[in-house]
Amino acid sequence: MMDVIKEDQVLDCSGMLCPMPVVKTSKAIKTIDVGQVLKMISTDPGAPPDMEAWSRQTGNELLRSMQEDGKFVFFIRRVK
Amino acid sequence: MSKSDPNAPKRLALIASKGTLDWAYPPFILASAAGAMGWEVGVFFTFYGLTLLKPQLTAAVSPLGNPAMPMKMPFGPEGFQNINWPMPNLLMANVPGFEGLATTLMKQTFHNKGVATIEELRQMCVEMDVRLIGCQMTMDVFGFKREDFIKECEIGGAATFLEYASDADVQLFV
Repeated sequence: MMDVIKEDQVLDCSGMLCPMPVVKTSKAIKTIDVGQVLKMISTDPGAPPDMEAWSRQTGNELLRSMQEDGKFVFFIRRVK
Repeated sequence: MSKSDPNAPKRLALIASKGTLDWAYPPFILASAAGAMGWEVGVFFTFYGLTLLKPQLTAAVSPLGNPAMPMKMPFGPEGFQNINWPMPNLLMANVPGFEGLATTLMKQTFHNKGVATIEELRQMCVEMDVRLIGCQMTMDVFGFKREDFIKECEIGGAATFLEYASDADVQLFV
């Protein structure tokens, strides 16, 4: 059983395709404080590799990338 | 100045040279994705790509010259939607109204699949301070004026783009 990550904000990108999940995530991450966690939900199969790349490029930490109820779920900690 | 300052963000320099609906997507998708990753982005709109900076976008798609274009119906049962209709290129391109039909079908299919519109992607780029550079020479050739284009863009020439691109980490021609 994985530890439960408590998110501070949820962003639902269900139904959106590239590049909207990363674009919406980049906007949403700026609305939370450094250290807080954003939970992003996506149905785009391209989202897992894209979110990893986005995390590496922006420096924000991808705490977890998982599948839940047929959707892709990401927990991202704002680092800067 | 990207490469001269190690702490500067990465930079993407794009050339958008085509103005049809299908070819309008790649530059705006790449520009908005790069902007989302915190990169500096500049797009040089030249030749047919220049019309993508007009306030009202009229980009259409033509099956002519697109022999590999998949054509699927955006409505009806799933089995029907999955049929890839063979499009006899020259024949269909000569049918009056077919370009409008193809454009409508593509827009509807993109909408159904959750792809943003070109207008939405362009607005994202504007909000992320992507540099949108309209080509002065193309304006002169086709008889456009500055006020024919959105106020958020700037106008420049090859030297303007090349100076920007010379310091970019990624340069692409679309």
